[in-house]
Amino acid sequence: MTKKAHVQATVNGQPVEFLCEPRQSLLEVLRDELRLTGTKEGCNNGNCGACNVLLDGRLVNSCCVLGVEVEGCQITTIEGIASPQGLHPLQQKFLEHAALQCGICTPGFIVAAKALLDRHPRPTEYQVRHWLAGNLCRCTGYDKIIRAVLDAAGVAASG
Amino acid sequence: MSETTTYKVIGTRPIRHDGLDKVTGRAIYGADVQLPGLVHGRILRSPYAHARIRGIDVSRALALPGVLAVATSDDFPDPGDRIAELGEGAINVKHLSSNCLARGKVLYHGHAVAAVAATSPHIAEEALKLIRVEYEPLPGVVDVLAAMQPGAPLLHDDLRTDELGKKADQPSNVAKHIQFKLGDPEAGFRQAAVVIEREFRTATVHQGYIEPHNATAQWNADGSVTIWCSTQGAFTVRAQVGELLRLPVSRIKVVPMEIGGGFGGKIRVYLEPVAVVLSRKAGRPVKIVMSRADVFQGTGPTPGSYIRVKMGADATGRLTAAQAYLAYEAGAFPGSPVGPGAMCIFACYDIPNVLIDGYDVVVNKPATSAYRAPGATNAAFAAETVVDEICERLGIDPLDFRLKNGAKEGTRRADGPVCPRIGMIETVEAAKRHPHYHTPLTGPNRGRGVASGFWFNCGLKSSATASINADGTVNLVEGSTDIGGTRTSVAMQLAEALGIRAEDVRPVVGDTESVGYTDVTGGSRVTFATGWAAYEAAQDLKRQLIDRAARIWQTTPDDVSYTDGVLQRRSRPEQRFTFKELAAKLHETGGTIVGRASVDPAGCGGAYATHIVDVEVDPETGKVTILRYTAVQDVGRAIHPSYVEGQIQGGTVQGIGWGLTEEYLYNDKGEMLNASFLDYRLPTSLDLPMIEPVMVEVPNPGHPYGVRGVGEVPIVPPPAALANAIYRAVGVRLRQLPMTPGRIVAALAAKSG
Repeated sequence: MTKKAHVQATVNGQPVEFLCEPRQSLLEVLRDELRLTGTKEGCNNGNCGACNVLLDGRLVNSCCVLGVEVEGCQITTIEGIASPQGLHPLQQKFLEHAALQCGICTPGFIVAAKALLDRHPRPTEYQVRHWLAGNLCRCTGYDKIIRAVLDAAGVAASG
Repeated sequence: MSETTTYKVIGTRPIRHDGLDKVTGRAIYGADVQLPGLVHGRILRSPYAHARIRGIDVSRALALPGVLAVATSDDFPDPGDRIAELGEGAINVKHLSSNCLARGKVLYHGHAVAAVAATSPHIAEEALKLIRVEYEPLPGVVDVLAAMQPGAPLLHDDLRTDELGKKADQPSNVAKHIQFKLGDPEAGFRQAAVVIEREFRTATVHQGYIEPHNATAQWNADGSVTIWCSTQGAFTVRAQVGELLRLPVSRIKVVPMEIGGGFGGKIRVYLEPVAVVLSRKAGRPVKIVMSRADVFQGTGPTPGSYIRVKMGADATGRLTAAQAYLAYEAGAFPGSPVGPGAMCIFACYDIPNVLIDGYDVVVNKPATSAYRAPGATNAAFAAETVVDEICERLGIDPLDFRLKNGAKEGTRRADGPVCPRIGMIETVEAAKRHPHYHTPLTGPNRGRGVASGFWFNCGLKSSATASINADGTVNLVEGSTDIGGTRTSVAMQLAEALGIRAEDVRPVVGDTESVGYTDVTGGSRVTFATGWAAYEAAQDLKRQLIDRAARIWQTTPDDVSYTDGVLQRRSRPEQRFTFKELAAKLHETGGTIVGRASVDPAGCGGAYATHIVDVEVDPETGKVTILRYTAVQDVGRAIHPSYVEGQIQGGTVQGIGWGLTEEYLYNDKGEMLNASFLDYRLPTSLDLPMIEPVMVEVPNPGHPYGVRGVGEVPIVPPPAALANAIYRAVGVRLRQLPMTPGRIVAALAAKSG
């Protein structure tokens, strides 16, 4: 077994340090070392988006980032989206629109949608669909998710 | 209940009770389970589609530092030759056991062979590579028609065809032949002015839940075991593990964690008994989580199929006869859903003369599992495409044709039952009224298709208990895994019955030691049957509340009424308690009140759907763009309309994936080539428009609130609706799923050539 590396980073605004093997992904570190299990594993090869987190503000699949790569980085996971004052508007709109069924993809969708709205505060339906095409949902057919994101951005949905 | 009944809770859209946990990442799914001393299990899978196992040497794996245990089928008790009733039909225990860990032979690429427990998942994976399995490769067969040929490689030496109830003499890959007959099909075809007969093929597809299978087991020194897992039914996991490991169910506790999708694929056990065996050997709790490739290669899928359909209608457009031949791939072990497929294939129509033959055929693919209306989508693709051709030949609007021929109360299905009050015709009427159907579709290469579908739904057993809190709320414990918001749809029925708010019910899904026996979340049954249990638990609470009020008022129970959450003394109407007021008095007047119910209801109502889709086909690339989609469904009574819409939208999109992009790809050695979400292509948000759900409410007379199951039928019509739309767009009929760009281009080339 390779020696573990010592890594310091900021997760959801809190400084953290952890030991990880070079082969451990950021997803594994978040879930198994930091016990932040809100970030989900759906495929472990970058195709489903269930493990989306923000890495220095950029949307990434945490299964495709190594734990040792995040030295000095700022990471936001689903656990860091709400504030002590309450839910993020995206979380509230996901609830109001029933934009989740089983909920396994929901953390990834909310993190991805936040990255979208951070960049494009008033996206079109096409922009939302294009941005979220990296997130798979098998339950909803996406309709209510798209509506929830548009509503959170204050944009009316088509049809 | 009449159709004009007004409800206070039913039909509203409260925020689901478990929603907060699920949008904040706090909900604990099976893979999130952490325990002191937890170690990790991984499964070694067969690289061959069909091979004899000559030996397994695990010594090098066991010697790897960090490895605590290795298991093979030798660690399972001899399953004998038993059939057990395990919650969703009879299961051959030997087959179930051999699917968890192969015995003697591997029967598909990805078949589980051995398992390792180690201190980290990576060490477990390294250990898998150190297990030496000596295989003797055998010729395999992955296609249903090839498997039925004489001389085809045989999967099971002891499998003999059950030929209409009689066992054949020779071994075969055909496990079963079933038949349904109604009237005189030959005479019916003689009356027809138009007869269309076509052949269809559908590919193997996967349920595609985003959460991989997982199981964590802790073997205890007293011979009991606790299992945490993502399952559609904690009690069936308990029963299956009990049968496989020969443990009494009372020694097994199953804790259902949150589940990331199932669609029928998380009923059969795969990992649970293996985790138990590893935990027993390792002396530690063991968690096994599948990789995505494991999920594709080792679980699910739903069968590929060959279907031949022949239908005849007279010159007025009245169906006179129908015939179908369905051959479904069961995968490695018998048990494809050809039975329900055969029962569903013509169930949307009132046809006097019908003959249906169904064949359950084993092939070297994963053992098939239920998938949302199992068997019905394959069948509807065939029948609904032939119906469309008949309409075209006779020049009849396809919805008018369905109005003329659609099943209704009194229609006899070919498999026997006479339809009770159903909503097939109402879905067609609503489709016909819908603006979608009247909006002209202009532009080249565009077409509109329609198709209908049927699914039975089921009742089965559910239990619930409800305890009143002093603050006027109710704790509801039920046994149905919540995959799509059923905590809320069940709680709403309790709230409606008690006359309280949905938010004042706190629903919890219990483990196998906390709630009475409850069957699986499947068959679109939870809102129907578990909702009924909640309704009955509410009646039990009401009776006791009335007794308590009577005692407080020193009168008799029949002097107390309970209406809309208010108890009132009939003889002295000024004496009244709201539910909340009486709840606050329970402790001082004899203690709290607990209601309970266990139900096994008959009377589940069948579900019908009629879908309309507009497509545009790019004739150069064969790409199909869905322009508009409307899904009409008889939902009985929508308890929580948002989640009913969600079922319709989600099921529709699974049907779209089945129709256009999803399939298992195999090479000539029977190896699956596309076991990833990159190469097995689920629909993404960019592939779709909004999906408009239209809820028609024909209340089910067999349920206190008129509930019909809604979850399954929406997957049934889409492939056929798309095929019919593609035909109208570019003039080619696709009779093979999925209708990929390549197949469309080839069909267009064949047409013009």
